[in-house]
Amino acid sequence: MDRAAFFDVDGTLISTNVVDAYAHYVFNRGTIFGMANRLLRGLALAPVYAAADLYNRKVFNELFYRAYRGLSEDRLVELAGDLCDRVLEPAVYPGALDLIAEARRGGCKIVLCTGAIDITMAPLVRLLGADDLIANSLEFVEGFATGKVIPPIVEGAHKARRIRDYCTSHGLKLELSHAYSDSLSDYPMLAVVGRPCAVNPDPRLRAHARTYEWPILDLRSTASR
Amino acid sequence: MRSLDRLRQSYDEDSQVVVQDRKSPPRMIFSDSEILLEELPIGTRVVFSNPPIEPLSNWRAAIRWAINHPEQSDPLHAKLRPGMKVLIAMDDISLPLPPMRTPDVRQIMLEIVLNLLADSGVDDVHLLVANALHRRMTPQEMQRMVGRKIFDAYYPDRYTNHDAEEPGGIVELGETEMHEKVRISRKATEADLVIYLNVNFVPMDGGHKSVGTGLTDYLGLRAHHTPHAIRESKSYMEPRHSALHGSVNRIGRIIDEHVDVFHIETCLNNQMFDGPLGFLGKREEDFTDFDRTALAGLRWTLSKTPRSLRQQIFHRVPAGYGLIAVAAGKTEPAHEKILEACRKQCFVRVKGQSDILVCGIPYISPYNVNSILNPLLVQVMACGYFFNMNRGIPLVKKGGTLILTHPCMDEFDPVQHPSYIEFFHRLLPETTDAMELHHKYEREFAQNPSYVHLYRKGNAYHGAHPFYMWYWGENGRAHLGQVIAVGTENQHVPKLLGWERADTLAEAIDMARGRQGRSAQMTLMHHPPMVMTEVAVSAEEEARLLGEGEPHRGGAARKPGYAAQGEP
Repeated sequence: MDRAAFFDVDGTLISTNVVDAYAHYVFNRGTIFGMANRLLRGLALAPVYAAADLYNRKVFNELFYRAYRGLSEDRLVELAGDLCDRVLEPAVYPGALDLIAEARRGGCKIVLCTGAIDITMAPLVRLLGADDLIANSLEFVEGFATGKVIPPIVEGAHKARRIRDYCTSHGLKLELSHAYSDSLSDYPMLAVVGRPCAVNPDPRLRAHARTYEWPILDLRSTASR
Repeated sequence: MRSLDRLRQSYDEDSQVVVQDRKSPPRMIFSDSEILLEELPIGTRVVFSNPPIEPLSNWRAAIRWAINHPEQSDPLHAKLRPGMKVLIAMDDISLPLPPMRTPDVRQIMLEIVLNLLADSGVDDVHLLVANALHRRMTPQEMQRMVGRKIFDAYYPDRYTNHDAEEPGGIVELGETEMHEKVRISRKATEADLVIYLNVNFVPMDGGHKSVGTGLTDYLGLRAHHTPHAIRESKSYMEPRHSALHGSVNRIGRIIDEHVDVFHIETCLNNQMFDGPLGFLGKREEDFTDFDRTALAGLRWTLSKTPRSLRQQIFHRVPAGYGLIAVAAGKTEPAHEKILEACRKQCFVRVKGQSDILVCGIPYISPYNVNSILNPLLVQVMACGYFFNMNRGIPLVKKGGTLILTHPCMDEFDPVQHPSYIEFFHRLLPETTDAMELHHKYEREFAQNPSYVHLYRKGNAYHGAHPFYMWYWGENGRAHLGQVIAVGTENQHVPKLLGWERADTLAEAIDMARGRQGRSAQMTLMHHPPMVMTEVAVSAEEEARLLGEGEPHRGGAARKPGYAAQGEP
C-alpha cells in the first residue's frame, strides 16, 4: 500500500458537526443543573462561536473546546459510543461507505482527518472501517478536561502538515494520495495531496474545485440506478 | 472543360464521389456546432454518404418475423417457460447518433419482447443498459429510450444501468485460448436467458461486442482495449481486419458456452437530418433556393448564438432514422446478416488513396451525448473515427495530411468527463505515448476512488475511459504525417495533441500542399451523415496495405497472456 485517502468528517462523510457532538455531551451531563449551566453558557456564546467560525476556524476551535473544561475523560469516552450510535451513525451520508470501500479497493489506507476530538471520533473510525485517525486531542489534568486542545490544533494548514507527516512516517506517497473535504477551510489539506476532491462542497469550495478542475462528489444523495 | 482524366475519374468511381470543378458549389463542413461553407480547390474529391436506404414499412412485423425465424436458434417463444429468469440487455445512449426520434427502436423491440414474455408466463425480467465503462444514463434518458409505460413499470428496481464496479457484480467465466479474461455481469450469468437488443449504426457495433463488452468491467476490457490491439487493427469498421473484434469474438464464444444469449440486431439507415434541417443531408448541387436560404438563415442564427446554447439546440434535434434490417438468433449469424445491411448503407467505393483528407468534426460523438466535445473527443473523432472509417485501407496515404475543422476549445464537462480533465492536463503534457500511458497510469485512473464513485453514482465516464479514447487514435497518429486543425480558438490544445493549426481552410490546404506537393490529391469526407469508404487499390497494393499473408490473430493473440499480466 503506497497511498492513502484522507477524509474530513463533518459535512464530508456525516451531516453533523462538532456542535452536535458537544450538545450530546451536554444533554447527557448527568445532573439537570450541570446540563442547564452548560446549555445556557453555550447559547450565550453561540454568536461568538458563529463569528469566530466565520473569521477563522482555528480561533473557533480554540474557543469552542473551552466549553469542554471540567468534563471528565472517562465520561466522555463512555458517552462517545452512545453518541456514535444515536447521533453520528444516522448522520452518515448514503454514499460515504461506498466511497470508503472504493478507496479501499483502489489500494488506499483510509484515514479520517478531522478537527473533532479523538475521543468522539474513535467509535466512528470503527464504524466506517477506517485505518487511522488524525484528530484533535483535549488536554486532561487528573482526568478532567482543561478546555485546551493539545497544539497544534488540527485545522487548516496544520491538517496539511499532519497529512504530510503521516505519509512520511507510514511510507506513503503524498502525490498518489487522495483527500476529501466539503469546505474551503480545508484547502491546504486538499492542496497538499496529489488527488484532491471536493465532497458536498460549499459554494466557495465548489468554485475552487471548478477552477482547479478537481472532481466534485455528492455523497448526500442516495445511490441512483 | 474537364480533362479526360478528371472525366474518367468522375465516372469510374461510385456516384457518391464528386470531383470539384469550376462550377461546383462551396461545401458545408461542420466545425463543432457551426457550419462552415468552404470553397474547395478544383480536383478535390468529395465523398458523400449513400442516400438513406428505404426503411422497412412495418417495423413491428419485421421484428416479430425475425424473432420467430431466428438464425441457428429456436424461435424466442420456444425458449421461454413460465417462472424463468430473463435479462434483457440493450445498447446505451452512445447509439445511434444523434439519438433517434421516439419511439426508439429499442422501445419497439422491448414492447414486442415483453408482451411475448408476459404471454409465456415469464415475469422475472430485468432490463439492463449495457453501458460497460460508459456513463450511466440519466432517468430521463432511460425513459426516452424505452417509453413512459415500460419505464414506469420497471424503473428503478428492474431497469438499471450496468455497474462495472459493483462489488460482487461481475463473474469471471474463464479465459480464452489467448488468455483473455471473460468477465460479465452476474445478472447475465444468473439469468436463464439473456436477450440482447442491439442498434447497429456502424459495422463496428453489435455481434459479440454487445454482451462481451457492454456487460463487462475494466479487467474484462483489458483484453482488447489496449494500444496493442488497436495497433493491430487495420480497421475498426471491418471485423475481419480488427484485432479488437478478434478478441471480442473469442470472448463471446466463451460467454455462449455459459450463457444462453438470444440476440436481436437491428440496422438503421443514415437519415440523420429531415424536416426543416433536411437540407443538411443533401448535396450542395441539389440545393433549391429554399435550401440555400435556410442554410444562410441557420448559419446566421448559429453565428449569433452562444456556443453552449448552439450545442444544446443540436443535441435536442433527434434523427429520423429508419429501420432497414432486423435479424435475431445466435449472435454470429444474426450479426453477419446485419453487417451486410450496414455495409450497404455505410460504405462508398472510392478509387485510390488521397494525400490530404479533409473532415469536419461535428458537435457529437458516441461519448458526449448531451455534453460537449472536449479536446480528447475531438482527437478521437479525427484520428480514431474519421481516419478509420474504412474497410482496412485508409482513405489517406501513409504520411498523408488530415485537415480537420473544429475550434478545439479547452472545455470539459466535469459531470460526464472528470477523468478526461486530469488525463488531458496532467498526463498528455508528460507523454503522448500510448504504451507508456497504458503501463504507467491506466490502472491508477481506473482505480481512482473519486472516478469510480462518479462512474457508479453520478453520470461520469469511468476513470479508464480517456485512455481508451487516446488508444483509439493510435493508428491515425501512427499513419498520418501531419494533422492540421482549422479554426482553433487556442494554440495549446492542438499543440498538446501534436497537431498544427490554421485559421482558415485555405491556409491549411496551403500548409498541407507545402508538405505533400502542389499536385497532392485531396478528398473531403462530407460528414454528416456518416460516410465510410471502401478504397479500391491494385491487388498488390491491397495485399501490402492489409498485410495479407500474415495470419491475423489480434493484439492479445500476439502476446498470449499479455492481458492477464499484472492483474490483481
